[in-house]
Amino acid sequence: MTRRGVRWVDQRTASAPLLRKALRYLFPDHWSFLLGEVALYAFVVLVATGIYLTFFFVDSTKEVVFRGDYYPPLYGQKMSEAYASVVHLSLAVRAGLLLRQTHHWAANIFIAAIVLHLFRIFFTGAYRKPRELTYWLGVTMLTLALLEAYLGYSLVDDLMSGMGLVIGYSVGLAIPFVGQNLMNWLFDGMFPGSPKLWPRMYIAHVLIFPILIGLLLGAHLLLVAMRHHTQFRRTKAQTEHTIVGVPAFPGQAPRSLGLMVGTTGILFLLGGLVQINPIWLWGPYHTYSSTNGAQPDWYLGWLIGALRLVPGFDLTIAGYTLVPNPFWGGAAFPLVVFGFLYLWPWLERKFTGDEAFHNLLDGPRDAPARTGIGVGVVSWVVLVFFAGSSDRVFVTFGLSYTGQIWAYRILVWVLPALFGLVAWWICKELQASERVVRVRHEAEAEARLARMRRSSEPPRDPSTLES
Amino acid sequence: MRAVVTIAILVGAGLLGTGSAGAASGPPRKPLAAYGYHLYGEYCLSCHGANAAGRMNQTSTSSGSGPGREQKQQNGIGPSLQGVGALAADFYLRTGYMPLRHIGMQPRREPVFLSNHQIRALVAYIASFGGPPIPKPQPQTGDVSKGLELFTEHCAGCHQVVAQGGVVTGALPPALVNATPRQVAEAVRIGPYVMPKFSQRDLTDRQLDSIVRYVEFTKNPSRPGGWGLGYLGPVPEGLVTWFIAIPALIVLCLLLGRRLRS
Amino acid sequence: MTRLRNAIISALVLLLGRARRRRPRREETRIVPPQPGHLAAELAVLALLGLSSSCAIAFILVYALGDSIPNETQFLGAALGLALLCLATALILVGLKLVPSEEVAEEYPPHEHPHEQQLIAEVIDESGTRFTRSRFFKLGLLGAGGTLGLAILAPAVSFGPLFRVGDFLQTPWRRGRRLVDETGKPYKASDISEKNFYLAFPEGTSDEEKEQMAASLVVIRLPQKELRLPSHLKGYDANGILAYSRICTHAGCAITLYRAPLFQPDEPRPALVCPCHYSTFDPATGGTVTFGPAGRDLPLLPVYKDSKGYLRAKGNFDGPVGPSWWGVRLWKAQP
Repeated sequence: MTRRGVRWVDQRTASAPLLRKALRYLFPDHWSFLLGEVALYAFVVLVATGIYLTFFFVDSTKEVVFRGDYYPPLYGQKMSEAYASVVHLSLAVRAGLLLRQTHHWAANIFIAAIVLHLFRIFFTGAYRKPRELTYWLGVTMLTLALLEAYLGYSLVDDLMSGMGLVIGYSVGLAIPFVGQNLMNWLFDGMFPGSPKLWPRMYIAHVLIFPILIGLLLGAHLLLVAMRHHTQFRRTKAQTEHTIVGVPAFPGQAPRSLGLMVGTTGILFLLGGLVQINPIWLWGPYHTYSSTNGAQPDWYLGWLIGALRLVPGFDLTIAGYTLVPNPFWGGAAFPLVVFGFLYLWPWLERKFTGDEAFHNLLDGPRDAPARTGIGVGVVSWVVLVFFAGSSDRVFVTFGLSYTGQIWAYRILVWVLPALFGLVAWWICKELQASERVVRVRHEAEAEARLARMRRSSEPPRDPSTLES
Repeated sequence: MRAVVTIAILVGAGLLGTGSAGAASGPPRKPLAAYGYHLYGEYCLSCHGANAAGRMNQTSTSSGSGPGREQKQQNGIGPSLQGVGALAADFYLRTGYMPLRHIGMQPRREPVFLSNHQIRALVAYIASFGGPPIPKPQPQTGDVSKGLELFTEHCAGCHQVVAQGGVVTGALPPALVNATPRQVAEAVRIGPYVMPKFSQRDLTDRQLDSIVRYVEFTKNPSRPGGWGLGYLGPVPEGLVTWFIAIPALIVLCLLLGRRLRS
Repeated sequence: MTRLRNAIISALVLLLGRARRRRPRREETRIVPPQPGHLAAELAVLALLGLSSSCAIAFILVYALGDSIPNETQFLGAALGLALLCLATALILVGLKLVPSEEVAEEYPPHEHPHEQQLIAEVIDESGTRFTRSRFFKLGLLGAGGTLGLAILAPAVSFGPLFRVGDFLQTPWRRGRRLVDETGKPYKASDISEKNFYLAFPEGTSDEEKEQMAASLVVIRLPQKELRLPSHLKGYDANGILAYSRICTHAGCAITLYRAPLFQPDEPRPALVCPCHYSTFDPATGGTVTFGPAGRDLPLLPVYKDSKGYLRAKGNFDGPVGPSWWGVRLWKAQP
């Protein structure tokens, strides 16, 4: 029965050799190797739920009067067709809210999983030769995912998303020399743009970006498969030349399927049980309205933090504005962070002179300098991220907002250096203690051997003892 | 505790009755207002001055960090209360905004330790100087949609669009979960601390009813999506992402994959 | 009930029996090594699959009942989520307990293939031997490719008015234009009281025009003795009435926070604040930044009170409205 099926496929596709190889493709076994898979599955859920949402969304900013009697607080209000369609989808379409919320949670988790995956790759040195390309594709997908997600919540045209959109617009406008033209071009005129803006954002969100991410994802996975996975040196059999792992079938397949279905399950549970972005509560956006406590989704929190931390100045030369303020926090800061991510494999090779092939991973302690620098950069971004929520901290814990901002303006420079040094020192210490333990084990083993020899067979010949 | 306070009040009232405070005019005739007059001497006089005329020059700067609500002899500065009427007195006393812990702080909602009768007495005393009466908002006649519109234009910038409270540099606009319709109506007319003050011309009573109706709605807003997360949007959502969803997914990964030292 | 149990048991027996029958005879030729059965895990997997399908059916039922049950979204999410999680658990059990998950060793692919590299290079190089001016050819190819690329990209310029940056200085304000509220009712100077802030638009604008950044204002009144406007803004106020642009010069959010102290001596000074990044502007000194990231003063629209008491614009803003761009300070807003 099985054989007949295989034969049918092979006769028509000549794929048996390839399939056989694929079935026995090896997956080195470690839990952290699954984080990238979680991101992949979140993307699958995003595409699936997203397709459903497109059937209900209207990409128009034409003004309509809301006439849905299912939600009195908005009844009779003027709003864009886009916003009205999402309110309708959320409150009047059966299971619409479940799918919209699952879509939004999946976006939050997609990016969180990418970030965790990136941490794993960085701190274990998995990006080293021959896998730099794979790494760069991954970092590119992260930037695309951030833009895609920003477009996604901007499309809704509720009060919060409108505020997010105008901030993004202002950051673009602040780019020296080209900002004005660039934004005029993208928005088809000044903010809030022309009626063409929404279809433009919509097609970018549902077609251009997903296809780009999908293509890069395919290339990413293909490269992984061509070069095979990296592995930790868990057993003696695992070397730079020999990979030890669980075959794709039957060992890995049910696990990966389980992870996929499990991730999807968690996303749907969240989508049904935990409310996310209740846009019907925010009301429609107008350029002249705003609300306190407006924040971007978590993955852009580091940017709002940076925008808030930069002291109030425009870079001017003799009264001529060269660089308006939002550029620093909104554009320069992410450029520095992503620049670091892109350049890191090259920088490391430059400084260590390490041109070798690496299939074995480092533990974080094995490369104290890398770990130290990584911890420094991560804590820098995380501190700026925390600064972005200092207004809610003020509301919740009563710590003065202005005080917090001043503290962060200093701490974001001091603490990362400190954390980096501490991480570097801990790695060094761990290495040293590991060395001590290893030496002791060796010495103990030697002594045990000697003792055994002495007790079991008393020396007959003095020469054997010496040797 | 309550007994101590009551005794203190009685003693204070006794002192005042014989004392020097009522220099310009004596206690009012009506018994309730008269009782209020004594209470005023006990709790309000040190900052708001005799005859509710206000105090501007700060003679003593002993604004300690201790339980200031019990420090009776501290001299401070305070606005005149003449003409603020029953409306303001009722608001500040029933929210626990007054007495203030120490001068210069933003008044916040605190447990009220005056009894209902005492509050009514103080309100009657302040009202004896004239001013608007306690408003009687009728949220049931308001329009919740109109309310959201007005709230967005006038209030959401500080109080957040679902009235969950927010930040303005130097002050903390409170959440309105605990504000009763009457208190909301009063606050709109007074503009406590740095809040703008809306007159009848700015917002009619009818419009105010709609705003109050909307504020009532925000106390238990529609929550078809499940756990509401405080109706704040992204910050708590990010917390759920990183502290619930991601740990759950990592547990899943740990179940499926091997650990290095196992 | 018993019939159901019998059915389940016989199904199990059938399944297990079949598995046993199919076991290959010659153990030594197997690719996947044999492992002992694990009946408990197998039963658990079956139970989980059953649970999963009942949750899926529950989902369909909840969906069908729809609006007649409260908290529909929660039931839908719980049913679907649990169905998926049961299935996931079953799969995980299969992966960990029922299929062999032995580790296999294998060589990594070689670091490189020198022979193939050589072949490819040879093929490419040898194919081009008929070109005698190969450098020119490459240059020509590059030129054609590049210009064609530009040609293909050129239509993208029509996306938007790339060079029409003069729009940034346009405002709907003209001398004599009245200030109106959201409903279109003109403001009288006497409508503007101290300690409050007002949303204003130019008279006669459509809903769409109201959305323009330069249209909306935040109007306040300060006691005239507190005004400390710089010399170039003298006369911009109408007896203490100030009409600022409502759009923050930092990131374009609407300024909907007005800090209006009730009792000046011990409360913060009046300020206009943007809720996005908490840029704080001092209205008394002409909209200067006192805190937060804004790098430019809030533009002020000069206003006057006409003979009937209505508020009218006296001219245009003292600087461009909205978020800043490079060179923003060179310009003045234009009518």
